[in-house]
Amino acid sequence: MNETVRMPVNHIQAIALEKSYHKGEHRVPVLCGTEISINKGEFVSIVGQSGSGKSTLLHLIGLLDSPDVGEVRLEGQRIDDLPTRVRDELRNRVFGFIFQFYHLLPELNLLENVLSPLMIRHPAWRYWTRRNEFRDMALHFIEKVGLMHRLHHKPSELSGGEMQRAAIARALVAAPEVLLADEPTGNLDAGTGEEIMELLTSLNEQEALTIIMVTHDPVIAQQAHRTVRLVEGRIELQQERSGATGHEISCA
Amino acid sequence: MYKFLLCVRYLKTRYIALACIVSVMLGVATMIVVNSVMAGFGNEMRDRIKGILADVVVESNSLDGVEDADYHMQLIRDAAADDIEAMTATVEVYGMLSFEYAGQWITRPITLIGIDPIGKSKVGPLVDYLVNTDAFPTVDGEIDGWALNSAARTHRERWKRHREWMQQQFRADATLQGVPQNTASDSQIVDSSPSNAVPPFADTPPFADAAVSSSPQADSQTQAIAENDPFADDPFAGTGPAVATADASQPLEGRLYLGVGLVSFPYEDGQTGEVKTNMMVQPGDDVRISTVTAGRPPAPAHFYATVVDVFKSGMSEYDSSLVFCNLEHLQKVRGMIDPTTQSKAITSIQIKLKDYSRADEVVAKLKALFPPGAYSVQTWEQKQGPLLAAVEVESAILNVLLFLIIAVAGFGILAIFYMIVVEKTRDIGILKALGASSRGVMSVFLSYGLALGIVGSGVGVIVGLLFVKYINTIETVITVLTGRPVFDERIYYFPEIPTQVNPWTVCWVAFGAMAIAVLASILPARRASRLHPVEALRYE
Repeated sequence: MNETVRMPVNHIQAIALEKSYHKGEHRVPVLCGTEISINKGEFVSIVGQSGSGKSTLLHLIGLLDSPDVGEVRLEGQRIDDLPTRVRDELRNRVFGFIFQFYHLLPELNLLENVLSPLMIRHPAWRYWTRRNEFRDMALHFIEKVGLMHRLHHKPSELSGGEMQRAAIARALVAAPEVLLADEPTGNLDAGTGEEIMELLTSLNEQEALTIIMVTHDPVIAQQAHRTVRLVEGRIELQQERSGATGHEISCA
Repeated sequence: MYKFLLCVRYLKTRYIALACIVSVMLGVATMIVVNSVMAGFGNEMRDRIKGILADVVVESNSLDGVEDADYHMQLIRDAAADDIEAMTATVEVYGMLSFEYAGQWITRPITLIGIDPIGKSKVGPLVDYLVNTDAFPTVDGEIDGWALNSAARTHRERWKRHREWMQQQFRADATLQGVPQNTASDSQIVDSSPSNAVPPFADTPPFADAAVSSSPQADSQTQAIAENDPFADDPFAGTGPAVATADASQPLEGRLYLGVGLVSFPYEDGQTGEVKTNMMVQPGDDVRISTVTAGRPPAPAHFYATVVDVFKSGMSEYDSSLVFCNLEHLQKVRGMIDPTTQSKAITSIQIKLKDYSRADEVVAKLKALFPPGAYSVQTWEQKQGPLLAAVEVESAILNVLLFLIIAVAGFGILAIFYMIVVEKTRDIGILKALGASSRGVMSVFLSYGLALGIVGSGVGVIVGLLFVKYINTIETVITVLTGRPVFDERIYYFPEIPTQVNPWTVCWVAFGAMAIAVLASILPARRASRLHPVEALRYE
């Protein structure tokens, strides 16, 4: 992994994505020929107003949804048209999700929540035989996010920051290649948000994790390598962290 | 793995699911209890029917009967010797039973069956049903089913002495007062209606029940005696002309076992509320039987006979209609004995098989042997076909209705599951985002349904079986609580509720309930699995 850290490989590529939703009889276009490519180990933030389609873009990349037109490519291979089972598998192994509202399972305690991607990945008996190994893995990541004292707490007993850190640990335990964060700090106060951002940045730097983060907070967005602005379903501006050398890409 | 974990967690945390479990449990428990009680009743009933009837019965269609029992038996034996354990010849005919109780004559329609007690006992458990007899008494080294036991003899003896005393009093009274004995002669006319086969001394009326015999019917002539003697008000007592001529303590030639329902009535003890049976006729009493002769055309025939015992088979139909009589006497009375050849006619032969499962084959063989115009060959089940069929149909309908209860529970599960799926929409989205397949999500809810079914029917089976085991205790408790007997012994002949647990029924009910639980969860589970992850995640 380390050797590929700074190699400009197109890890994730979205090509001419179009997506529209139906609201009643009206067809509401959300994405309109969006193109984006993200390198391995890159930390990209996508900003834009509400309704600009940034979350939809993230969902399309993360295979939670399929585009009407266009392609999503992972390391040059088209993945959006794969059969459902393979897409499920990719979601489990390649992508890690972090959500604004944490989305932990309320019935499970922190440890079980962190373990859930592994439970989903492995059939019951195999999971059972390797449960100690998995537990150690989960503990490792829980330690990393600093929640060792909260192992057996239910999500309802955790604070917002703790829940988000638990969600990050859950995303990490599946050893993903790409971390997809949908407004990870959107529901947290500035201080806690800062902690989360530090965690994400350090993950990006230390583990060379590709991170795609959606946010509407320009300050948070600034901490990424690159900021992409979405306006009405189109990439308006791409901005490196150093300066404002963005260029526009127009809708096809 | 997450499926099981979530399943168990949902089961633990969704208290609404308890409603599903309880409804499944109640349905299962009810079905088990009802089925067990129905099976218990059915079995008891079959046992009792079978006890009185025999495995296979060959009957002549005419009440005149057919001649020569031995010849018929030989024919049967030749046809199916390997299958037959025992046979007995009987005469079955309709008749009436009349006896006196509390100063009135009571008449009941009966089916009169002439039997040989020893032969009948080999075919069915006759002696077990006799109320006062545990085993047939032995007289002169031979077992005689028609001998009176000591209690009956004592009863008869006492009654005879009383009657003799009455006779003396009556004569003394009559000579003293010079009153013509018109009452006596009147009753003599009424009473001694001669039967061609019965000796004249037979018209001795039964002395039904000493305690209740103080009927107000006493006429003026016996009034004076009544003050001295509680039995004296029986206007027939001591009026028979035969008393002086024969030893009344000896039982008559005709002997009977009466169905208990014919000569008794239940009553509730005013103080204790206990249900007791009052016997109107005691063993040792004489009763009058009216029937028809086997002549052409049939003529009425009457005879008096001594009651040897009463029987209680538990089938009220039998207990209130059957009277067993000694075969030879009945044949004699009905003129079924050929005066020249001494050949005795019979109307049916009861057969006990070694293996009842071969009954159909034996019936087929015998049907080929005996022409259907003159004979009918039936198993006891065929003879009681309508009754047994009615019970079967009853049981089937009850089962269908009860299964509807579980189906209702199924719809409860469906509704509750839909609720849970809606409530869990976001979690389903999370699971899908984490890589769970639609099938995986579906199986979470299906196994949740199965888990509810298993827990519900498991608890239901336990509750049901415990209920069946302690059903009589429960019945007592309910009776005490409500003050109304749930299980009235007066209606059923059983001292307690009979039950029989059929393991297959229990399994069938339990699996049926589980299947319904799973079926009910299919729809919600499909809905869950089809939820779009993005929409599910957005759901608040």
